[in-house]
Amino acid sequence: MENAPDATLNAIEVQSLTRRFGALVAVDHLNFSCASGATFGLLGPNGAGKSTLIKMLTTLLPPSEGTAKIAGYDLVQHPELVRGKIGYVSQMLSADGDLTGYENLLISAKLYGMPRAERARRIAQALEFMDLAHVSGKRVRQYSGGMIRRLEIAQSMLHRPAVLFMDEPSVGLDPSAKRSVWERIRELRREFGTTILMTTHDMEEADHLCEMVAVMHRGVLAALDTPAGLKAQVGAEATLDDVFIHFTGATISEGGELRDVARTRSTTQRLG
Amino acid sequence: MSLAHEAPLSGWAEPFPGANYLRQTLAVAESDIRKLIHDPVELFTRMVQPVLWLLIFGQVFNRARAIPTGGISYLDFIAPGILAQSVLFGAIFYGISLIWERDLGIVQKFLVSPAPRSTLVLGRAISSTARSLCQMVFVYVIAALLHVQLRFGIFALAGVVAAVMLGSAIFSTFSLIVACLVKSRERFMGIGQVLTMPLFFASNAIYPLSLMPGWLRAVSRVNPLSYQVDALRTLMIMGGSSAFGIGHDFLMLLAAFAVVMAVATRLYPSIVT
Ligand SMILES: Nc1ncnc2c1ncn2[C@@H]1O[C@H](COP(=O)(O)OP(=O)(O)O)[C@@H](O)[C@H]1O
Ligand SMILES: [Mg+2]
Repeated sequence: MENAPDATLNAIEVQSLTRRFGALVAVDHLNFSCASGATFGLLGPNGAGKSTLIKMLTTLLPPSEGTAKIAGYDLVQHPELVRGKIGYVSQMLSADGDLTGYENLLISAKLYGMPRAERARRIAQALEFMDLAHVSGKRVRQYSGGMIRRLEIAQSMLHRPAVLFMDEPSVGLDPSAKRSVWERIRELRREFGTTILMTTHDMEEADHLCEMVAVMHRGVLAALDTPAGLKAQVGAEATLDDVFIHFTGATISEGGELRDVARTRSTTQRLG
Repeated sequence: MSLAHEAPLSGWAEPFPGANYLRQTLAVAESDIRKLIHDPVELFTRMVQPVLWLLIFGQVFNRARAIPTGGISYLDFIAPGILAQSVLFGAIFYGISLIWERDLGIVQKFLVSPAPRSTLVLGRAISSTARSLCQMVFVYVIAALLHVQLRFGIFALAGVVAAVMLGSAIFSTFSLIVACLVKSRERFMGIGQVLTMPLFFASNAIYPLSLMPGWLRAVSRVNPLSYQVDALRTLMIMGGSSAFGIGHDFLMLLAAFAVVMAVATRLYPSIVT
Protein backbone atom coordinates (compact mmCIF):
# COMPACT_ATOMS: atom_id res chain seq x y z
CA MET A 1 0.00 0.00 0.00
CA GLU A 2 2.99 2.32 -0.05
CA ASN A 3 1.76 3.72 -3.34
CA ALA A 4 -1.67 4.61 -2.06
CA PRO A 5 -2.29 8.34 -2.13
CA ASP A 6 -3.12 10.07 1.14
CA ALA A 7 -6.27 12.16 0.75
CA THR A 8 -5.22 14.56 3.50
CA LEU A 9 -2.12 15.63 1.56
CA ASN A 10 -1.91 18.57 -0.72
CA ALA A 11 -2.84 17.79 -4.31
CA ILE A 12 0.52 19.14 -5.46
CA GLU A 13 3.72 19.26 -3.44
CA VAL A 14 6.74 20.50 -5.31
CA GLN A 15 10.06 19.65 -3.69
CA SER A 16 13.22 21.34 -4.85
CA LEU A 17 12.15 20.83 -8.45
CA THR A 18 14.81 21.90 -10.94
CA ARG A 19 15.32 21.76 -14.67
CA ARG A 20 18.42 22.79 -16.53
CA PHE A 21 18.89 23.24 -20.25
CA GLY A 22 22.65 23.25 -20.59
CA ALA A 23 23.84 26.16 -18.50
CA LEU A 24 20.38 27.70 -18.24
CA VAL A 25 18.42 26.91 -15.06
CA ALA A 26 14.85 27.23 -16.35
CA VAL A 27 13.28 26.06 -13.08
CA ASP A 28 15.44 26.60 -10.02
CA HIS A 29 14.83 24.50 -6.89
CA LEU A 30 11.15 25.32 -6.60
CA ASN A 31 9.20 24.49 -3.45
CA PHE A 32 5.48 25.08 -3.08
CA SER A 33 2.28 23.19 -2.49
CA CYS A 34 -1.30 23.46 -3.55
CA ALA A 35 -4.27 22.37 -1.45
CA SER A 36 -6.76 19.87 -2.84
CA GLY A 37 -9.55 21.59 -4.72
CA ALA A 38 -7.77 24.93 -5.01
CA THR A 39 -6.91 26.80 -8.18
CA PHE A 40 -3.31 27.85 -8.23
CA GLY A 41 -2.13 30.51 -10.66
CA LEU A 42 1.43 30.77 -11.84
CA LEU A 43 2.10 34.24 -13.13
CA GLY A 44 5.15 35.26 -15.03
CA PRO A 45 6.57 36.79 -18.19
CA ASN A 46 7.81 34.77 -21.12
CA GLY A 47 10.82 32.68 -20.31
CA ALA A 48 10.04 32.61 -16.57
CA GLY A 49 9.96 28.81 -16.63
CA LYS A 50 6.20 28.27 -16.36
CA SER A 51 5.84 25.83 -19.23
CA THR A 52 8.96 23.95 -18.18
CA LEU A 53 7.48 23.53 -14.70
CA ILE A 54 4.18 22.26 -16.11
CA LYS A 55 5.95 19.86 -18.47
CA MET A 56 7.78 18.35 -15.51
CA LEU A 57 4.63 18.10 -13.41
CA THR A 58 2.80 16.34 -16.25
CA THR A 59 5.69 13.83 -16.66
CA LEU A 60 6.61 15.09 -20.13
CA LEU A 61 9.99 16.39 -19.07
CA PRO A 62 12.23 14.61 -16.56
CA PRO A 63 13.42 16.93 -13.77
CA SER A 64 17.17 17.55 -13.45
CA GLU A 65 16.77 17.53 -9.69
CA GLY A 66 14.05 17.31 -7.05
CA THR A 67 10.58 15.87 -7.42
CA ALA A 68 6.92 16.54 -6.75
CA LYS A 69 3.98 14.64 -5.37
CA ILE A 70 0.84 14.84 -7.48
CA ALA A 71 -2.36 13.51 -5.92
CA GLY A 72 -0.10 11.64 -3.51
CA TYR A 73 2.11 9.96 -6.12
CA ASP A 74 5.75 10.71 -6.61
CA LEU A 75 6.48 12.15 -10.02
CA VAL A 76 9.90 10.60 -10.44
CA GLN A 77 9.19 7.21 -8.92
CA HIS A 78 5.70 6.58 -10.29
CA PRO A 79 5.10 8.70 -13.36
CA GLU A 80 2.61 6.14 -14.69
CA LEU A 81 0.44 6.50 -11.58
CA VAL A 82 0.64 10.28 -11.78
CA ARG A 83 -0.59 10.14 -15.38
CA GLY A 84 -3.78 8.40 -14.35
CA LYS A 85 -4.58 11.30 -12.03
CA ILE A 86 -3.90 14.34 -14.17
CA GLY A 87 -5.22 16.25 -17.14
CA TYR A 88 -3.20 18.62 -19.32
CA VAL A 89 -4.09 21.51 -21.57
CA SER A 90 -0.94 22.63 -23.31
CA GLN A 91 0.08 26.15 -24.23
CA MET A 92 -0.35 25.33 -27.92
CA LEU A 93 -3.77 24.88 -29.44
CA SER A 94 -3.15 21.19 -29.83
CA ALA A 95 -6.43 19.44 -30.53
CA ASP A 96 -5.88 17.39 -33.66
CA GLY A 97 -7.01 19.58 -36.57
CA ASP A 98 -7.28 16.62 -38.94
CA LEU A 99 -9.88 14.92 -36.74
CA THR A 100 -13.37 16.08 -35.83
CA GLY A 101 -14.19 17.37 -32.36
CA TYR A 102 -16.00 14.14 -31.61
CA GLU A 103 -13.05 12.06 -32.80
CA ASN A 104 -10.62 14.00 -30.62
CA LEU A 105 -12.74 13.18 -27.59
CA LEU A 106 -13.25 9.58 -28.67
CA ILE A 107 -9.53 8.86 -29.00
CA SER A 108 -8.83 10.44 -25.62
CA ALA A 109 -11.55 8.43 -23.92
CA LYS A 110 -10.12 5.23 -25.36
CA LEU A 111 -6.59 6.14 -24.33
CA TYR A 112 -7.83 6.45 -20.78
CA GLY A 113 -9.38 2.99 -21.02
CA MET A 114 -12.95 4.18 -20.73
CA PRO A 115 -15.57 1.50 -21.49
CA ARG A 116 -17.91 2.08 -24.43
CA ALA A 117 -21.12 3.09 -22.65
CA GLU A 118 -19.30 5.46 -20.31
CA ARG A 119 -17.45 6.92 -23.27
CA ALA A 120 -20.59 7.70 -25.23
CA ARG A 121 -22.27 9.31 -22.24
CA ARG A 122 -19.32 11.47 -21.23
CA ILE A 123 -18.52 12.60 -24.75
CA ALA A 124 -22.11 13.64 -25.44
CA GLN A 125 -22.21 15.45 -22.13
CA ALA A 126 -18.89 17.18 -22.72
CA LEU A 127 -19.88 18.34 -26.20
CA GLU A 128 -23.08 19.82 -24.88
CA PHE A 129 -21.47 21.41 -21.86
CA MET A 130 -18.79 23.05 -24.00
CA ASP A 131 -21.38 24.16 -26.55
CA LEU A 132 -19.70 22.15 -29.31
CA ALA A 133 -22.42 19.59 -30.07
CA HIS A 134 -23.43 21.38 -33.29
CA VAL A 135 -19.86 21.25 -34.68
CA SER A 136 -18.81 17.86 -33.29
CA GLY A 137 -18.71 16.33 -36.80
CA LYS A 138 -16.59 19.12 -38.26
CA ARG A 139 -12.84 18.88 -38.41
CA VAL A 140 -11.14 20.89 -35.70
CA ARG A 141 -9.07 22.89 -38.19
CA GLN A 142 -12.32 24.72 -38.97
CA TYR A 143 -12.87 25.69 -35.30
CA SER A 144 -12.16 29.11 -33.82
CA GLY A 145 -9.46 29.41 -31.13
CA GLY A 146 -12.09 29.57 -28.39
CA MET A 147 -13.81 26.44 -29.65
CA ILE A 148 -10.50 24.55 -29.77
CA ARG A 149 -9.72 25.59 -26.21
CA ARG A 150 -13.12 24.47 -24.97
CA LEU A 151 -12.66 21.17 -26.77
CA GLU A 152 -9.24 20.68 -25.21
CA ILE A 153 -10.52 21.40 -21.73
CA ALA A 154 -13.33 18.90 -22.28
CA GLN A 155 -10.75 16.40 -23.54
CA SER A 156 -8.51 16.87 -20.53
CA MET A 157 -11.47 16.45 -18.13
CA LEU A 158 -13.10 13.36 -19.70
CA HIS A 159 -11.43 11.01 -17.24
CA ARG A 160 -12.16 13.35 -14.30
CA PRO A 161 -8.57 13.99 -13.24
CA ALA A 162 -7.80 14.94 -9.66
CA VAL A 163 -5.40 17.62 -10.87
CA LEU A 164 -5.70 19.64 -14.07
CA PHE A 165 -2.71 21.50 -15.51
CA MET A 166 -3.45 24.32 -17.91
CA ASP A 167 -0.69 26.26 -19.63
CA GLU A 168 -2.01 29.71 -20.54
CA PRO A 169 -5.53 28.49 -21.25
CA SER A 170 -6.92 31.71 -22.66
CA VAL A 171 -3.96 33.31 -24.39
CA GLY A 172 -4.72 34.50 -27.90
CA LEU A 173 -8.50 34.37 -27.38
CA ASP A 174 -10.76 37.36 -27.86
CA PRO A 175 -12.43 38.73 -24.69
CA SER A 176 -15.74 36.94 -25.15
CA ALA A 177 -14.09 33.60 -25.96
CA LYS A 178 -11.91 34.13 -22.89
CA ARG A 179 -14.93 34.68 -20.65
CA SER A 180 -16.65 31.60 -21.98
CA VAL A 181 -13.53 29.54 -21.24
CA TRP A 182 -13.28 30.97 -17.71
CA GLU A 183 -16.93 30.23 -17.06
CA ARG A 184 -16.43 26.59 -18.08
CA ILE A 185 -13.33 26.21 -15.94
CA ARG A 186 -15.19 27.49 -12.91
CA GLU A 187 -18.14 25.23 -13.57
CA LEU A 188 -15.95 22.13 -13.95
CA ARG A 189 -14.10 22.91 -10.77
CA ARG A 190 -17.34 23.30 -8.89
CA GLU A 191 -18.74 20.03 -10.26
CA PHE A 192 -15.70 17.82 -9.89
CA GLY A 193 -13.66 19.48 -7.15
CA THR A 194 -10.66 19.41 -9.48
CA THR A 195 -7.42 20.95 -8.29
CA ILE A 196 -6.13 23.28 -10.99
CA LEU A 197 -2.67 24.59 -11.61
CA MET A 198 -2.63 27.12 -14.40
CA THR A 199 -0.07 29.48 -15.82
CA THR A 200 -0.97 32.83 -17.23
CA HIS A 201 0.44 36.20 -17.94
CA ASP A 202 -3.02 37.66 -17.80
CA MET A 203 -3.64 39.48 -14.51
CA GLU A 204 -7.36 39.56 -14.96
CA GLU A 205 -7.41 35.82 -15.48
CA ALA A 206 -5.46 35.16 -12.30
CA ASP A 207 -7.71 37.52 -10.35
CA HIS A 208 -10.78 35.81 -11.76
CA LEU A 209 -9.93 32.17 -11.27
CA CYS A 210 -7.18 31.66 -8.72
CA GLU A 211 -7.25 31.36 -4.94
CA MET A 212 -3.48 31.34 -4.75
CA VAL A 213 -1.06 33.11 -7.04
CA ALA A 214 2.67 32.67 -7.36
CA VAL A 215 4.77 35.15 -9.26
CA MET A 216 7.47 33.31 -11.16
CA HIS A 217 10.53 35.04 -12.52
CA ARG A 218 13.69 33.49 -13.94
CA GLY A 219 12.91 30.04 -12.58
CA VAL A 220 12.09 31.00 -9.00
CA LEU A 221 8.97 32.15 -7.15
CA ALA A 222 9.25 35.85 -6.35
CA ALA A 223 6.01 35.87 -4.35
CA LEU A 224 3.25 33.51 -3.25
CA ASP A 225 -0.05 34.57 -1.72
CA THR A 226 -3.75 35.05 -2.35
CA PRO A 227 -4.48 37.67 -5.03
CA ALA A 228 -5.77 40.00 -2.30
CA GLY A 229 -2.77 39.31 -0.09
CA LEU A 230 -0.37 40.12 -2.89
CA LYS A 231 -2.13 43.36 -3.66
CA ALA A 232 -2.08 44.29 0.01
CA GLN A 233 1.69 43.77 0.11
CA VAL A 234 2.18 46.24 -2.68
CA GLY A 235 -0.29 48.94 -1.67
CA ALA A 236 -3.94 49.64 -1.10
CA GLU A 237 -4.80 50.57 -4.68
CA ALA A 238 -2.57 48.00 -6.34
CA THR A 239 -3.69 45.85 -9.22
CA LEU A 240 -2.10 42.50 -9.98
CA ASP A 241 -0.18 44.28 -12.71
CA ASP A 242 1.40 46.48 -10.07
CA VAL A 243 2.10 43.37 -8.02
CA PHE A 244 3.87 41.86 -10.92
CA ILE A 245 6.06 44.88 -11.56
CA HIS A 246 6.77 45.10 -7.86
CA PHE A 247 8.05 41.56 -7.56
CA THR A 248 9.83 41.09 -10.84
CA GLY A 249 10.82 44.58 -11.88
CA ALA A 250 9.47 43.68 -15.27
CA THR A 251 6.22 44.39 -17.02
CA ILE A 252 4.02 41.44 -17.67
CA SER A 253 3.99 41.88 -21.42
CA GLU A 254 7.78 42.12 -21.64
CA GLY A 255 8.77 40.05 -24.59
CA GLY A 256 5.20 38.85 -24.79
CA GLU A 257 4.15 40.72 -27.87
CA LEU A 258 6.47 39.07 -30.31
CA ARG A 259 5.57 35.61 -29.15
CA ASP A 260 1.84 36.31 -29.25
CA VAL A 261 2.12 37.47 -32.81
CA ALA A 262 3.95 34.29 -33.70
CA ARG A 263 1.35 32.18 -32.00
CA THR A 264 -1.55 33.98 -33.62
CA ARG A 265 0.09 33.37 -36.95
CA SER A 266 0.52 29.66 -36.36
CA THR A 267 -3.05 29.41 -35.11
CA THR A 268 -4.30 31.12 -38.21
CA GLN A 269 -2.31 28.68 -40.29
CA ARG A 270 -3.78 25.73 -38.51
CA LEU A 271 -7.27 27.09 -38.85
CA GLY A 272 -6.69 27.30 -42.56
CA MET B 1 -26.90 21.10 -17.32
CA SER B 2 -25.64 19.00 -14.48
CA LEU B 3 -22.50 16.95 -14.38
CA ALA B 4 -22.93 14.19 -11.87
CA HIS B 5 -20.03 13.24 -9.65
CA GLU B 6 -18.42 10.08 -10.93
CA ALA B 7 -16.09 7.35 -9.84
CA PRO B 8 -12.50 7.72 -11.00
CA LEU B 9 -11.35 5.70 -13.97
CA SER B 10 -9.23 3.30 -11.98
CA GLY B 11 -12.47 1.89 -10.56
CA TRP B 12 -13.37 0.28 -13.89
CA ALA B 13 -12.70 -3.39 -14.31
CA GLU B 14 -11.23 -4.79 -17.52
CA PRO B 15 -13.51 -7.29 -19.28
CA PHE B 16 -10.46 -9.50 -19.84
CA PRO B 17 -6.77 -9.13 -18.95
CA GLY B 18 -5.06 -6.94 -21.50
CA ALA B 19 -8.34 -5.35 -22.65
CA ASN B 20 -7.09 -1.88 -21.77
CA TYR B 21 -3.77 -2.45 -23.46
CA LEU B 22 -5.57 -3.49 -26.62
CA ARG B 23 -8.02 -0.58 -26.44
CA GLN B 24 -5.21 1.93 -26.01
CA THR B 25 -3.13 0.44 -28.81
CA LEU B 26 -6.08 0.45 -31.19
CA ALA B 27 -6.99 4.02 -30.17
CA VAL B 28 -3.56 5.20 -31.32
CA ALA B 29 -3.98 3.36 -34.61
CA GLU B 30 -7.55 4.58 -35.00
CA SER B 31 -6.54 8.20 -34.68
CA ASP B 32 -4.22 7.87 -37.64
CA ILE B 33 -6.53 5.71 -39.73
CA ARG B 34 -9.40 8.16 -39.28
CA LYS B 35 -7.16 10.91 -40.64
CA LEU B 36 -6.34 8.74 -43.61
CA ILE B 37 -10.03 8.20 -44.27
CA HIS B 38 -10.69 11.94 -44.07
CA ASP B 39 -7.88 12.60 -46.50
CA PRO B 40 -6.82 9.57 -48.57
CA VAL B 41 -4.83 11.48 -51.20
CA GLU B 42 -1.60 10.10 -49.79
CA LEU B 43 -2.66 6.58 -50.64
CA PHE B 44 -3.01 7.49 -54.30
CA THR B 45 0.29 9.32 -54.59
CA ARG B 46 1.97 6.21 -53.25
CA MET B 47 0.71 4.24 -56.23
CA VAL B 48 2.88 6.00 -58.77
CA GLN B 49 6.21 4.49 -57.85
CA PRO B 50 5.35 0.77 -58.06
CA VAL B 51 3.66 1.37 -61.41
CA LEU B 52 6.82 2.92 -62.80
CA TRP B 53 9.03 0.12 -61.51
CA LEU B 54 6.84 -2.70 -62.77
CA LEU B 55 5.83 -1.08 -66.02
CA ILE B 56 9.19 0.31 -67.09
CA PHE B 57 12.03 -1.33 -65.17
CA GLY B 58 10.29 -4.71 -64.98
CA GLN B 59 9.20 -4.79 -68.61
CA VAL B 60 12.58 -3.73 -69.96
CA PHE B 61 14.63 -6.18 -67.89
CA ASN B 62 12.06 -8.86 -68.65
CA ARG B 63 13.20 -8.62 -72.28
CA ALA B 64 16.88 -8.46 -71.42
CA ARG B 65 16.86 -11.80 -69.58
CA ALA B 66 20.12 -10.69 -67.99
CA ILE B 67 19.35 -11.76 -64.45
CA PRO B 68 19.07 -15.37 -63.24
CA THR B 69 15.66 -15.67 -61.61
CA GLY B 70 15.32 -19.39 -60.96
CA GLY B 71 13.04 -20.32 -63.82
CA ILE B 72 10.44 -17.54 -63.56
CA SER B 73 10.18 -14.40 -65.70
CA TYR B 74 12.00 -11.32 -64.45
CA LEU B 75 8.69 -9.52 -64.04
CA ASP B 76 7.49 -12.34 -61.80
CA PHE B 77 10.80 -12.17 -59.98
CA ILE B 78 10.66 -8.48 -59.13
CA ALA B 79 6.90 -8.15 -58.44
CA PRO B 80 7.39 -9.24 -54.79
CA GLY B 81 10.43 -6.95 -54.60
CA ILE B 82 8.38 -4.02 -55.83
CA LEU B 83 5.61 -4.78 -53.35
CA ALA B 84 8.21 -4.83 -50.56
CA GLN B 85 9.73 -1.64 -51.92
CA SER B 86 6.42 0.16 -51.99
CA VAL B 87 5.80 -0.91 -48.38
CA LEU B 88 9.33 0.19 -47.40
CA PHE B 89 9.06 3.61 -49.04
CA GLY B 90 5.66 4.14 -47.46
CA ALA B 91 6.86 3.20 -43.99
CA ILE B 92 10.34 4.71 -43.88
CA PHE B 93 9.08 8.31 -43.82
CA TYR B 94 6.30 7.54 -41.38
CA GLY B 95 8.30 8.94 -38.45
CA ILE B 96 8.02 12.47 -39.74
CA SER B 97 4.38 12.46 -38.66
CA LEU B 98 5.63 12.02 -35.09
CA ILE B 99 7.79 15.13 -35.38
CA TRP B 100 4.96 17.00 -37.02
CA GLU B 101 2.49 15.99 -34.31
CA ARG B 102 5.04 16.81 -31.63
CA ASP B 103 5.27 20.33 -33.05
CA LEU B 104 1.48 20.62 -32.92
CA GLY B 105 1.33 19.34 -29.31
CA ILE B 106 -0.59 16.18 -30.22
CA VAL B 107 2.10 13.70 -29.13
CA GLN B 108 2.24 15.40 -25.74
CA LYS B 109 -1.41 14.58 -25.21
CA PHE B 110 -0.75 10.90 -25.81
CA LEU B 111 2.24 10.99 -23.49
CA VAL B 112 0.41 12.51 -20.51
CA SER B 113 -2.19 9.75 -20.70
CA PRO B 114 -1.66 6.58 -18.66
CA ALA B 115 -1.42 4.49 -21.86
CA PRO B 116 1.79 2.41 -21.65
CA ARG B 117 4.46 3.83 -23.95
CA SER B 118 4.58 0.58 -25.90
CA THR B 119 0.92 1.04 -26.93
CA LEU B 120 1.84 4.41 -28.45
CA VAL B 121 4.52 2.73 -30.57
CA LEU B 122 2.52 -0.39 -31.42
CA GLY B 123 -0.54 1.67 -32.37
CA ARG B 124 1.47 3.61 -34.91
CA ALA B 125 2.93 0.40 -36.32
CA ILE B 126 -0.59 -0.92 -36.77
CA SER B 127 -1.77 2.16 -38.61
CA SER B 128 1.23 1.84 -40.89
CA THR B 129 0.26 -1.75 -41.66
CA ALA B 130 -3.22 -0.55 -42.64
CA ARG B 131 -1.62 1.70 -45.24
CA SER B 132 0.59 -1.10 -46.46
CA LEU B 133 -2.42 -3.35 -47.10
CA CYS B 134 -3.86 -0.71 -49.43
CA GLN B 135 -0.53 -0.74 -51.28
CA MET B 136 -0.63 -4.51 -51.45
CA VAL B 137 -4.04 -4.50 -53.13
CA PHE B 138 -2.81 -1.93 -55.59
CA VAL B 139 0.40 -3.79 -56.49
CA TYR B 140 -1.65 -6.97 -57.01
CA VAL B 141 -3.92 -5.15 -59.45
CA ILE B 142 -1.00 -3.80 -61.49
CA ALA B 143 0.81 -7.14 -61.37
CA ALA B 144 -2.29 -8.98 -62.53
CA LEU B 145 -2.72 -6.53 -65.43
CA LEU B 146 0.88 -7.22 -66.44
CA HIS B 147 0.19 -10.98 -66.34
CA VAL B 148 2.45 -11.69 -63.39
CA GLN B 149 1.81 -15.31 -62.35
CA LEU B 150 0.19 -14.53 -58.97
CA ARG B 151 -0.89 -17.13 -56.44
CA PHE B 152 -4.40 -16.64 -55.06
CA GLY B 153 -4.69 -19.51 -52.58
CA ILE B 154 -6.05 -18.48 -49.22
CA PHE B 155 -2.93 -19.50 -47.28
CA ALA B 156 -0.62 -17.90 -49.78
CA LEU B 157 -2.58 -14.64 -49.56
CA ALA B 158 -2.64 -14.77 -45.77
CA GLY B 159 1.12 -15.26 -45.81
CA VAL B 160 1.58 -12.26 -48.11
CA VAL B 161 -0.61 -10.15 -45.84
CA ALA B 162 1.47 -11.20 -42.84
CA ALA B 163 4.79 -10.47 -44.57
CA VAL B 164 3.57 -7.10 -45.84
CA MET B 165 2.27 -6.09 -42.41
CA LEU B 166 5.44 -7.17 -40.64
CA GLY B 167 7.65 -5.32 -43.09
CA SER B 168 5.57 -2.19 -42.72
CA ALA B 169 5.58 -2.46 -38.91
CA ILE B 170 9.36 -2.93 -38.84
CA PHE B 171 10.24 -0.03 -41.11
CA SER B 172 7.66 2.40 -39.72
CA THR B 173 8.89 1.70 -36.19
CA PHE B 174 12.47 2.06 -37.36
CA SER B 175 11.42 5.39 -38.81
CA LEU B 176 9.98 6.36 -35.42
CA ILE B 177 13.36 5.63 -33.86
CA VAL B 178 15.06 7.89 -36.39
CA ALA B 179 12.51 10.63 -35.63
CA CYS B 180 13.20 10.35 -31.89
CA LEU B 181 16.94 10.60 -32.52
CA VAL B 182 17.02 13.51 -34.99
CA LYS B 183 13.96 15.38 -33.66
CA SER B 184 13.68 17.90 -36.50
CA ARG B 185 11.87 17.61 -39.80
CA GLU B 186 14.79 18.81 -41.87
CA ARG B 187 17.27 16.34 -40.44
CA PHE B 188 14.70 13.58 -40.64
CA MET B 189 14.10 14.15 -44.35
CA GLY B 190 17.83 14.19 -44.96
CA ILE B 191 18.40 10.91 -43.15
CA GLY B 192 15.32 9.33 -44.74
CA GLN B 193 16.64 10.06 -48.22
CA VAL B 194 20.03 8.63 -47.31
CA LEU B 195 18.59 5.42 -45.84
CA THR B 196 15.99 4.47 -48.38
CA MET B 197 18.03 3.54 -51.41
CA PRO B 198 20.75 1.56 -49.56
CA LEU B 199 18.02 -0.44 -47.78
CA PHE B 200 16.46 -1.18 -51.12
CA PHE B 201 19.59 -2.00 -53.08
CA ALA B 202 21.20 -3.98 -50.25
CA SER B 203 18.41 -6.52 -50.54
CA ASN B 204 17.26 -9.22 -52.89
CA ALA B 205 14.35 -7.07 -54.15
CA ILE B 206 15.43 -6.67 -57.77
CA TYR B 207 18.32 -9.16 -58.14
CA PRO B 208 19.10 -12.42 -56.38
CA LEU B 209 21.68 -12.69 -53.60
CA SER B 210 23.81 -14.86 -55.87
CA LEU B 211 24.64 -11.87 -58.08
CA MET B 212 25.90 -9.75 -55.19
CA PRO B 213 29.52 -9.31 -54.19
CA GLY B 214 30.27 -10.93 -50.83
CA TRP B 215 30.17 -7.76 -48.74
CA LEU B 216 26.80 -6.73 -50.16
CA ARG B 217 25.42 -10.19 -49.56
CA ALA B 218 26.53 -9.92 -45.94
CA VAL B 219 24.76 -6.57 -45.59
CA SER B 220 21.61 -7.88 -47.22
CA ARG B 221 21.53 -10.80 -44.78
CA VAL B 222 20.96 -8.36 -41.89
CA ASN B 223 18.47 -6.30 -43.86
CA PRO B 224 14.91 -7.27 -42.86
CA LEU B 225 13.77 -6.31 -46.35
CA SER B 226 15.59 -9.36 -47.74
CA TYR B 227 13.57 -11.73 -45.55
CA GLN B 228 10.36 -9.97 -46.42
CA VAL B 229 11.09 -10.25 -50.15
CA ASP B 230 12.23 -13.84 -49.78
CA ALA B 231 8.96 -14.82 -48.10
CA LEU B 232 6.91 -12.85 -50.60
CA ARG B 233 8.64 -14.46 -53.55
CA THR B 234 7.39 -17.91 -52.70
CA LEU B 235 4.02 -16.82 -51.27
CA MET B 236 3.09 -14.44 -54.04
CA ILE B 237 4.39 -16.01 -57.28
CA MET B 238 3.61 -19.32 -58.92
CA GLY B 239 6.88 -21.21 -59.18
CA GLY B 240 8.65 -18.65 -57.01
CA SER B 241 11.07 -20.04 -54.47
CA SER B 242 12.48 -18.96 -51.14
CA ALA B 243 16.23 -18.94 -50.59
CA PHE B 244 16.18 -19.00 -46.79
CA GLY B 245 13.01 -20.98 -46.07
CA ILE B 246 9.80 -19.27 -45.17
CA GLY B 247 9.92 -20.20 -41.47
CA HIS B 248 13.34 -18.62 -41.20
CA ASP B 249 12.06 -15.52 -43.01
CA PHE B 250 9.21 -14.95 -40.58
CA LEU B 251 11.41 -15.65 -37.59
CA MET B 252 13.86 -12.99 -38.72
CA LEU B 253 11.04 -10.52 -39.38
CA LEU B 254 9.54 -11.10 -35.94
CA ALA B 255 12.93 -10.74 -34.30
CA ALA B 256 13.56 -7.48 -36.17
CA PHE B 257 10.17 -6.16 -35.08
CA ALA B 258 10.83 -7.08 -31.45
CA VAL B 259 14.13 -5.17 -31.55
CA VAL B 260 12.73 -1.99 -33.12
CA MET B 261 9.70 -2.08 -30.79
CA ALA B 262 11.91 -2.28 -27.72
CA VAL B 263 14.17 0.55 -28.87
CA ALA B 264 11.30 2.78 -30.01
CA THR B 265 9.41 2.30 -26.74
CA ARG B 266 12.53 3.43 -24.91
CA LEU B 267 13.09 6.49 -27.09
CA TYR B 268 9.51 7.63 -27.74
CA PRO B 269 9.10 9.92 -24.70
CA SER B 270 12.28 11.80 -25.62
CA ILE B 271 10.63 13.22 -28.74
CA VAL B 272 9.03 15.96 -26.58
CA THR B 273 12.09 16.97 -24.56
N1 LIG C 1 13.76 22.39 -24.73
C1 LIG C 1 14.44 23.49 -24.34
N2 LIG C 1 15.76 23.61 -24.62
C2 LIG C 1 16.45 24.69 -24.22
N3 LIG C 1 15.93 25.72 -23.55
C3 LIG C 1 14.62 25.68 -23.24
C4 LIG C 1 13.80 24.56 -23.63
N4 LIG C 1 12.54 24.78 -23.19
C5 LIG C 1 12.57 25.97 -22.57
N5 LIG C 1 13.81 26.52 -22.59
C6 LIG C 1 14.22 27.82 -21.98
O1 LIG C 1 13.81 27.80 -20.64
C7 LIG C 1 13.31 29.07 -20.24
C8 LIG C 1 11.90 28.92 -19.71
O2 LIG C 1 11.03 28.63 -20.79
P1 LIG C 1 9.49 28.33 -20.57
O3 LIG C 1 9.34 27.35 -19.49
O4 LIG C 1 8.89 28.01 -21.88
O5 LIG C 1 8.97 29.76 -20.07
P2 LIG C 1 7.48 30.33 -20.00
O6 LIG C 1 6.53 29.22 -20.24
O7 LIG C 1 7.38 30.91 -18.64
O8 LIG C 1 7.38 31.38 -21.03
C9 LIG C 1 13.41 29.96 -21.47
O9 LIG C 1 14.60 30.70 -21.37
C10 LIG C 1 13.48 28.98 -22.60
O10 LIG C 1 14.19 29.53 -23.68
MG1 LIG D 1 5.03 29.02 -21.59
